[in-house]
Amino acid sequence: MDQGKTPQTLGEELRRRGMSRRTFLKFCAAVASSMALPATMAPVMAEALAGARRQSVIWLSFQECTGCVESLTRSYAPSLESLIFDFISLDYQHTLQAAAGHQAEEAREAAMKAHWGKYLVIVDGSIPLKDGGVYSTVAGETNLDTLRHVAEGAAAIISVGTCAAFGGLPKAHPNPTGAAAVTDIIKDKPVINVPGCPPIPEVMTGVIANFLTFGKLPDMDHLNRPLAFFGDTIHDRCYRRPFYRRGQFAKRFDDEGARNGWCLYELGCKGPVVHNACATTKWNQNLTFPIQSGHGCIGCSEPNFWDKGSFYAPLSSGRWGSAEGIAAAAVVGTTVGIGSAMLSRARQSDIIKKG
Amino acid sequence: MDLLEFARGPAMQWALIILVLGITWRVAGIVFLKRKSDLSEPRTHGQWFGAVRTILSRSVPAPAFRSRVLYSNLLGYTFHIGLAIVVFAYMPHILWFESILGFQWPALPNAVISVAAVVTLFSLVALLVRRLTSPVLRLISNFDDYFSWVVTVAPLVTGLMAVADMGVGLRYETLLAVHLLSVWLLFIWLPFGKLGHAFLVFLSRGTTGALFARRGART
Repeated sequence: MDQGKTPQTLGEELRRRGMSRRTFLKFCAAVASSMALPATMAPVMAEALAGARRQSVIWLSFQECTGCVESLTRSYAPSLESLIFDFISLDYQHTLQAAAGHQAEEAREAAMKAHWGKYLVIVDGSIPLKDGGVYSTVAGETNLDTLRHVAEGAAAIISVGTCAAFGGLPKAHPNPTGAAAVTDIIKDKPVINVPGCPPIPEVMTGVIANFLTFGKLPDMDHLNRPLAFFGDTIHDRCYRRPFYRRGQFAKRFDDEGARNGWCLYELGCKGPVVHNACATTKWNQNLTFPIQSGHGCIGCSEPNFWDKGSFYAPLSSGRWGSAEGIAAAAVVGTTVGIGSAMLSRARQSDIIKKG
Repeated sequence: MDLLEFARGPAMQWALIILVLGITWRVAGIVFLKRKSDLSEPRTHGQWFGAVRTILSRSVPAPAFRSRVLYSNLLGYTFHIGLAIVVFAYMPHILWFESILGFQWPALPNAVISVAAVVTLFSLVALLVRRLTSPVLRLISNFDDYFSWVVTVAPLVTGLMAVADMGVGLRYETLLAVHLLSVWLLFIWLPFGKLGHAFLVFLSRGTTGALFARRGART
């Protein structure tokens, strides 16, 4: 293939980079299997992806820390996942684009106009609503206005990270900026949430590959998360689960149980109620995930995870506030008890007197 | 606030408040009742001994009735011991107690807890069957008996479902929330119905034993 010619399809781009068809098929089989699609869909996906044309993507960054972008773009080594990210036409992204200032905003408007109704919008970060949304603006426009404007011509929206999906850290109590999720604002477009702080890159690849292959978003759970990756809990797939069953728990991060790799439930692991693919897809090229590295799951892919008590309090420990309510209940109970006994005594005395 | 957060937070706080309020109310209401003054000479001064003796002696069936009450006694002991194992020897439960009491104790493996829970459940079902099939028991049973059975069984069933993740379509976190809410229902009902025996049984037995001992009756 002519090295100077701009590739029109993903297949051309991959061939230009020396990617063999065998490797590409393996990738498609892996993506299809991770998306819980039947094995017969792998060649279909390969054909569709190879012929897929550059997908225009507009990436909006709002109240965020750029951790999601770091997670998705800085893989350990160049991979097919990153090639897909290279292949999509990222027409607007603050951190990655060369253009700046008015030029950047003009590029976004031009991309929207050219691909109206077909472009994908990726959002990372929450959207402040309080005080007219003044707490986060880009080029003089509030995030709220930008989102509404850009979403109008979008084919679909992918909320990347817990901030965009559920409000995340900016929404944590007392939520000073009135931070909200994309789904709180956009009601008339298909929105998929890929939460996590940060999210797993392979989940993004799967969602984009699914969209390029089938022209639609994958099946989702009740929180709009791709079911294939968020169907199981961390606990369901945790390699430390046998220790949970046997009642073997690490009690400190440096005790014998921790060194033996026992269950981290007692140290606050939220795995039983957290849905994500960390325990199966893992991180850093399928090398490890937080529990494997010795720290319990903090539940970063669930709504309001910042406000659900200490990361280090066991899941079964109640959040009972203070002892004052209980003490008051004891005082009130005793008083009512004594009062009812006195009432009974008075009635008994009356009966005796009447004789 | 999702259902699990509600169950772990406000629902638990209110259930505990009602539990403590109800228990103190019932106990204070009984302790401060007017007592009939006994002017007779006490036959014995070992009233405390009599109280303890009655508490123990009434924990085993009297020889005369043994064959008639053996079935319910054995099942009663089975489910009470089973419940104690499930409640006090399961690590997540111990961690809940620790969050309130500030200390913990050793746990049993989950397999032992699961067996204890299933045995407890079958014992409770067998006792309900007996209550429903015995004409005498049916006659003297009221809403309190059946509702107390339901609120005792519900945490067992929901707990087993949560452990096995058998949610009939419900997600684990919903099952866990339902389990917690069923326990809070038990807490709320406990002081006001027949389940109040949990904190009254030794008080009433002891009082009876002490009175009997004073009068020289066999306890």
